[in-house]
Amino acid sequence: MSDAIAIGEPQRTQPIGLIVTAISSARQLVFPLVAGIFALRDTFSGFWLIALPALAVIALTLGLSYLGWLRRTFIVGEEDIRVESGIISRTAASVPYERIQDVSLEQELLPRLFGLVSVKFETGAGGAEELKLKYLTAAQGEHLRDVVREQHAEEAAAKTALAPAADGLDAAAQAIAEEPAKTLFTMGPARLITNGLFQFSLAVLAVLFGLFSQFDNFLPFDIWDVDLWVDGVSDQTDQLEGLGLAGQIFGVLSALGTLIVLGFATGIAQVFAREWGFHLEKTARGFRRRRGLFTKTDVVMPTHRVQAVKLDTRWLRHRFGWHGLKFVSLASDFAGSSHVVAPFAKRAETDPIIRAAGFEAPSDRLEWHRASTRSRFDAAFIDALIFTAIAIPVIIFAPLIFVAIPAVLGVLSVFAELYSWTFKRHAVEDGYIFATEGLLSPSTQIASKVKLHSVEISQGPIAQRRGYATLNLGLAGGSFAISGIPLERARVLRAQITDSIASTDFSRINAA
Amino acid sequence: MVTIQLAMDQTPSEAARDTPLQTAETPQTSPDLGGQSDELTKLHPNHVKALRLTAIITSIPFLIAALVGEVMAIFPWPGVILGPVAVIAMFLILRLPMRRHMARGYQMSDDRLRVVSGIWWRSDTVVPFGRVQHIDVEAGPIERSFGIATMTLHTAGSHNASVHLPGLEEGLAREMREDIRAHIKRDTM
Repeated sequence: MSDAIAIGEPQRTQPIGLIVTAISSARQLVFPLVAGIFALRDTFSGFWLIALPALAVIALTLGLSYLGWLRRTFIVGEEDIRVESGIISRTAASVPYERIQDVSLEQELLPRLFGLVSVKFETGAGGAEELKLKYLTAAQGEHLRDVVREQHAEEAAAKTALAPAADGLDAAAQAIAEEPAKTLFTMGPARLITNGLFQFSLAVLAVLFGLFSQFDNFLPFDIWDVDLWVDGVSDQTDQLEGLGLAGQIFGVLSALGTLIVLGFATGIAQVFAREWGFHLEKTARGFRRRRGLFTKTDVVMPTHRVQAVKLDTRWLRHRFGWHGLKFVSLASDFAGSSHVVAPFAKRAETDPIIRAAGFEAPSDRLEWHRASTRSRFDAAFIDALIFTAIAIPVIIFAPLIFVAIPAVLGVLSVFAELYSWTFKRHAVEDGYIFATEGLLSPSTQIASKVKLHSVEISQGPIAQRRGYATLNLGLAGGSFAISGIPLERARVLRAQITDSIASTDFSRINAA
Repeated sequence: MVTIQLAMDQTPSEAARDTPLQTAETPQTSPDLGGQSDELTKLHPNHVKALRLTAIITSIPFLIAALVGEVMAIFPWPGVILGPVAVIAMFLILRLPMRRHMARGYQMSDDRLRVVSGIWWRSDTVVPFGRVQHIDVEAGPIERSFGIATMTLHTAGSHNASVHLPGLEEGLAREMREDIRAHIKRDTM
């Protein structure tokens, strides 16, 4: 295994990667294989009926991946990275260094056992169009990242014309590349456990139940058989009745306790798997985030690519002052979700990160504006109408007492709608736009005026007659809407925003 | 009414506070503040004709289906299928294109384009030229036969990634495209 990347020479990805690919594709075959063998277990010829096609499929996959590996080469050139691939129809992709926003390294559990990483060059194209190299050694991945970074630094140095002489230029590039990283946010085990406690989840029960239904053919009883459950429960009740009241209470409590422990354990396990070793730092190239216990990821986000920041929370953790911070940009963690930069933090910890990204954190001295009271009334009125519509068939077809259900729910939702209005507000200051929304778990979005691309005032039929509107801001990689504000206010905001946009050209923002 | 009071009485101070920031670069001539300059440029009259022709082509299959239904006499009463279908088709062909045309309009100033459309769901979008990624001028067979075209501005924003402005006279559409393009170039340099 050579750990260096030769510049300008075609080379292949790591051959051990083939084993990883083979194992992961074999994993997909396990279930159908087991099911097939089980179904045909009684006939001897049945075994070969399953085994032969399976072997053929495995051989074919292996052969194809080998050919694919043989025909896939990449060249780290002077100006770009080129990947040529394809067994019969060849594809040549080339990405210039200046278009590469960041280089992400990802280690899933299996490749990690072999010391391999998959390298992703993020260009902002998103999803499947990103260039990916599977798999390289960890050292090669680091090396590639350094190469890309040096190219960027050299460009930056050339642009600012810091040093005209060639050796001076190298020195400047070196200086930029090696500026010490500043740690912004980390999560130790104690924080992970706290986070996990708030992540209480009974999803594991659903998974277990799902597995049961998947394999119900293998179980000695039918889980969908209602009689069986009723019998089982009544057996239990008989036993419990024998135990007396104290015993029954103890039984219920211990069952509840088990559920609670299970829920907390699931939450903590989820958080540990995802956020283990969470480390966010700011380097010369931008933000760098490392996390993960089984699947390790190492992502770099250039600061100027951050389009907006999002501060969110959930109802319970909000009472304890815990928030999560995300960066909205064209690159993302998964399809359609923003980069998490602080999953579980206090405001005192998130605000410096927001500032480091070049945004302003919301403060108390902001002049907040509310949504229109007409929009508040209309929303509550529509809620009331919906629940009345639900109540009508209930009145007709069900005993009268059941009307209480839609009635109570309707009153609750009307009050929630009216009350949540007080939490819905927006502010504009110093070129930043802040918008907060949510009754139990308020979430705040912060955008910079100059990083927006268009402004739309949209009005539905009701809003047109009642004089309020929704302001939709064109944000790259996300959505930002301020709803229910008076039409006049929307126009003022739009004029302010478009004036700021028009005074700064887009290409100048990204060059910053 | 109490309605506007809460939000509105903050507006003047807000605007006043922001003005120093704006005057640094742009003089006090914000074009569409408060909606005083709502004069939208109307689209070409041929736009209505193009919309009508599209509506006619769309309704033909339905009319044929209704006719077939009549001939096969699915219902015992004559005209019970064809009647409503014909009324709806008439509305879609005669009334709706005119209303849609009246609801649409645009406003081009020296650094931004404003596009308005929609009868029930109104949308009023402003795209500053500095954020235009690329511009399309396209004309389908129907549009071309009426000498009009659709201009589309593409931005990098996820919302309103492409803003369409239909019903422009073909020459005008190209002219506007050149104007906007020239702006992008000048701003960047």
